[in-house]
Amino acid sequence: MQEVKAAMAGTIFSVDVKVGDEVKKGQVVIILESMKMEIPLEAEVDGTVTSINGTEGDFVNEEDVLVTIQS
Amino acid sequence: MTNDTTKTAYNEKLEEISTRVLAGGAEKYHQKLEEQGKLFVRERLRLLFDEGQYVEDGKFANCEADDLPADGVVTATGKIDGQTVCVMANDSTVKAGSWGARTVEKIIRIQETAEKLRVPLLYLVDSAGARITDQLEMFPNRRGAGRIFHNQVRLSGMIPQVCLLFGPSAAGGAYIPAFCDIVIMVEGNASMYLGSPRMAEKVIGEKVTLEEMGGARMHCTVSGCGDVLVENEEQAIVEARRYLSYFPANHEAPSKHTKAKDAKEGRSLEEIIPENQNAPFDMYEAIDQLVDENSLFEIKRLFAAEVITTLARIDGRPVGIIANQPKVKGGVLFVDSADKVTKFITLCDAFSIPLLFLADVPGFMIGTKVERQGIIRHGAKLIMAMSSATVPKISVIVRKAYGAGLYAMAGPAFEPDVCIALPTAQIAVMGPEAAVNAVYSNKIEAITDPKEKIAYIKEKHEEYKEEIDIYKMASELIIDEIVAPHSLRSVLATRFAYYETKEIKKTSRKHPVYPV
Repeated sequence: MQEVKAAMAGTIFSVDVKVGDEVKKGQVVIILESMKMEIPLEAEVDGTVTSINGTEGDFVNEEDVLVTIQS
Repeated sequence: MTNDTTKTAYNEKLEEISTRVLAGGAEKYHQKLEEQGKLFVRERLRLLFDEGQYVEDGKFANCEADDLPADGVVTATGKIDGQTVCVMANDSTVKAGSWGARTVEKIIRIQETAEKLRVPLLYLVDSAGARITDQLEMFPNRRGAGRIFHNQVRLSGMIPQVCLLFGPSAAGGAYIPAFCDIVIMVEGNASMYLGSPRMAEKVIGEKVTLEEMGGARMHCTVSGCGDVLVENEEQAIVEARRYLSYFPANHEAPSKHTKAKDAKEGRSLEEIIPENQNAPFDMYEAIDQLVDENSLFEIKRLFAAEVITTLARIDGRPVGIIANQPKVKGGVLFVDSADKVTKFITLCDAFSIPLLFLADVPGFMIGTKVERQGIIRHGAKLIMAMSSATVPKISVIVRKAYGAGLYAMAGPAFEPDVCIALPTAQIAVMGPEAAVNAVYSNKIEAITDPKEKIAYIKEKHEEYKEEIDIYKMASELIIDEIVAPHSLRSVLATRFAYYETKEIKKTSRKHPVYPV
């Protein structure tokens, strides 16, 4: 299992997967916006998305778990 | 042909003792090595040196004791790619590679040898630390263990010092890697810690594994004490040999040029670099288009990945590259990024390796978390290191360079030999969105009609972009040159060749006061 965590404090710019989606290692699952930059967060394993915490516009802190992937 | 006249009793005795010493510790410890996937110290040396050849000093140290062959450390001189180097290598089959009085004396002596010969010194570390039973003889005195670290500090920047961490480096011994220019760690076996997990549990009540406390992966990803993570010892040795190919023998020796190679085939920089300043891209792909193919030796790849620090060659000439990585954390600079870049700049500057800065940086991170970590003093440390570096420096503004980010990446005020902009460059105190917000926030809030508000903001954005237009910057002589991305590689090669004769002025000052 992998927990995709916020790389830094910022807001969620887009959620690019849904619960139940199959994802591949290296696929972008969520994009944050911070310091006016888009910060893509990638799956580190192949697997299925089992949960998503947060929607577009939500403020998140560094290390917050945003997506979990069951491999 | 064997000559019978050499067969004497004294030669037989020499042979017998030599054989015993060269065999290292007891058989059970050799078995343990094998179980751990480790090599015997003399096998490590055979792989490290050209043709496996070396000479050894102090081989008979402590030979009168039964169980302390070479007193647990081999100190040797040999060649790597034709370059003479000195080595100290712990033997973990002898009392777990621990340090007795003669171990320490041998280490100090090989340091003195490397200093006199002005050649690189490698530390092959696999040691449990001090022999507490021998502490009076090996710990506190003038030529005790402290002297090893004092020598490391004196030699730092004079000769390359490289650590290959094959096993533990515990307590005080952990400072050997800490004072080296670079630490290569073998995953699963290498560890570094002041207090072992057992000690931590007894003294502070913390229960953790060795890997959590001080494992190779932890140090290469979290603490930053490790620079290169490798899978096994053979790979560590290959990487150490490769690393030295970028470095002169000492700080005054000529740099090592190799045959020029073309850049890797791939997409053009025009394709790789998005014009939208806020969109991420992979800086590694861009670097590949600038350097000779397969010429990267990256330092701290797994640590603070928002900035890349790598040795490379352009037209066969070694360079040190500092590049923001927009794909990770937007390329924003953090506390760890500052540590990473500072060490890398001082490394390259010490050994006359020119620096290339590839700037695409929104600035230093803001917010309470980083302020509490002292982001300002960390940034100051980075800027001081960059500013103090006297090697040729080329600053390339790839896209944005905002705020102190411009300073950190050797902006115009910091005497780069040239500041080159790509047409996609954008230099400013802050980005258009943030700037318009900062300057016109009252006016923007006063506008009630949403359409009018958007139109007003857009107008101000355009005005701002004109103000920071890259041709305006060039017209004002802020930047020295604007270059099409696809011609950047040849421009860099030409300019680094011109800058070879750069005069390095030494001041009478002892040193600045480091803001760490």
